[in-house]
Amino acid sequence: MSLEVALKHRLGSFALDITFTTKGQVTALFGPSGSGKSSVVAAIAGLWRPREGRIAVAGRVLTDTPKLFVPPEQRRLAVVFQDARLFPHMTVDDNLKFGWRRAAQKAGTAEIAHVIDLLGLGALLARRTRDLSGGEKSRVALGRALLASPDMLLLDEPLAALDATRRGEILPYLERLARDTKLPMLYVSHQVDEVARLADEIVVIQNGRVAAQGPVFELLTDVEQIAGVPPLGAVFDAKVAEHQPDGLWRLTFDGGVLFVPALPQAQGARVRVRLRAEDLMLALEEPRHISANNVLACTIRTVKPVGDHVDVQLLCGGTRLVSRITGASSARLGLAPGQAVYAVVKAVTVAREAG
Amino acid sequence: MGGFLSPAEATALWLSLQISAVAVAAALPFAFAMALLLARPRFFGAGIVDAIVHLPLVLPPVAVGYLLLVVFGGRGLIGSWLWDTFGIRFVFSWTGAALASALITFPLQVRAIRLALESTDPGLTAAARTLGAGLWDRLFNITLPLALPGIVSGAITAFAASLGEFGAIITFVSNIPGETQTLPLAIYAALQSPGGEMAAARLCTLSITLALIFVTAGNLAAKRIWR
Repeated sequence: MSLEVALKHRLGSFALDITFTTKGQVTALFGPSGSGKSSVVAAIAGLWRPREGRIAVAGRVLTDTPKLFVPPEQRRLAVVFQDARLFPHMTVDDNLKFGWRRAAQKAGTAEIAHVIDLLGLGALLARRTRDLSGGEKSRVALGRALLASPDMLLLDEPLAALDATRRGEILPYLERLARDTKLPMLYVSHQVDEVARLADEIVVIQNGRVAAQGPVFELLTDVEQIAGVPPLGAVFDAKVAEHQPDGLWRLTFDGGVLFVPALPQAQGARVRVRLRAEDLMLALEEPRHISANNVLACTIRTVKPVGDHVDVQLLCGGTRLVSRITGASSARLGLAPGQAVYAVVKAVTVAREAG
Repeated sequence: MGGFLSPAEATALWLSLQISAVAVAAALPFAFAMALLLARPRFFGAGIVDAIVHLPLVLPPVAVGYLLLVVFGGRGLIGSWLWDTFGIRFVFSWTGAALASALITFPLQVRAIRLALESTDPGLTAAARTLGAGLWDRLFNITLPLALPGIVSGAITAFAASLGEFGAIITFVSNIPGETQTLPLAIYAALQSPGGEMAAARLCTLSITLALIFVTAGNLAAKRIWR
């Protein structure tokens, strides 16, 4: 599965010039508000016609100006909009089946039941959409898009209209979706944590241009430089290796092992791990007699001052990590590229099962 | 009813209801199409079309009746062609009264439907498109049902207004009892005849009652059925 996008458009003083190709299952279109992300989604969906452009999904050319423009209703790309856009004159059930009824390849009963179950929609089916909460609306919109059996799912900031609690409620559904289905997704967001939890590949958009593109593991440790947001920390995939007698689970990854408290995942499962930059302390010698469960041997790649603190990019085996410490600490330790250090991990976040 | 109204008056009432119903029903598809055209217009000259649609609302009804005579009369451009080709005649016929009523109340229907269309979220039709709904599919399954409260309230208001139409009908199709004599024309006829004040008062009361019923119904429908 691939997505090829090349488009040029000028709107007043704002110029959009976006070119990227991605083969990731979940690609994040990441960038600040007003950077042109939503225009890109609208162009892919066919709801907006750029002056110049070529768009292809899985090799099927959908836009090729000026001669070819497949109308949105024939693109087989379902969109989950920020404002859900449920049809107010229909029940939840009719909303869910709107795209399904019009799909050439219809999902079977088992698949419909699976989606309803996955999104926890069973109790809502007979309801009118106006009676739903914001989080429920998002789930119905997601289900409606899924049941249309699209070639690709376009998610245009589906969580942006929700408060933090609701966001936390929906994210696990999206994670399950990314894990359970092989459906390619383009996920538009300006929230770095959503991107870290869901995406394989990131395309960073700024001022109407592609500022950077790459695997989530490489890009997120150094996202400040390219996207102007504080680094979230390292993101990488690990394997659940062993459930130890002392109650900890041992995870292995390219660079060493991590010990974490109980996980819902089974032994052998792959999980996505996040280490926040603030949760990594650095030591020149291997610390002993310490309460932290995890100490990783690393090499310093770069030391970059950012304001009054310093981001230290590390390499642990083949995995990139990042630590945020104060400028004073950095100076006291005399940190420099190439140096061997120990990273003391204060907290580990295990996000989702990796693909 | 029989005790309250004379047979001739009952006929006028029945005729009024019939003419108004036909007028509203016949004009509705055109009003819907016109409202679609004028809601969020994107074409040059939309303002002129809008003004023309509103003309019957502000023109003297007698002028509308006269124009109808010129166009649909026995020697009128379309009138003579309809008579020669299909044997259809509007003058001196209840269908002519319905045509006059339809034209006069057309702007009321267009306005109500247009307001309903403009208050619906255009994002919903865009969402329907991405889910595979083509033009007619969207029109019948998204646009039309969402505009339904406006359609219903517009139709009821137009019906009520049509019951009161006088000038255009009497000019175009004359005042023929049992054929074109609606309630207002019956009131007029009663006032013209000596000792007809009581009949006129009865018919007037009836008109007020009908108007109140339908205007209230129209307002209730305007409070959207869903959302």
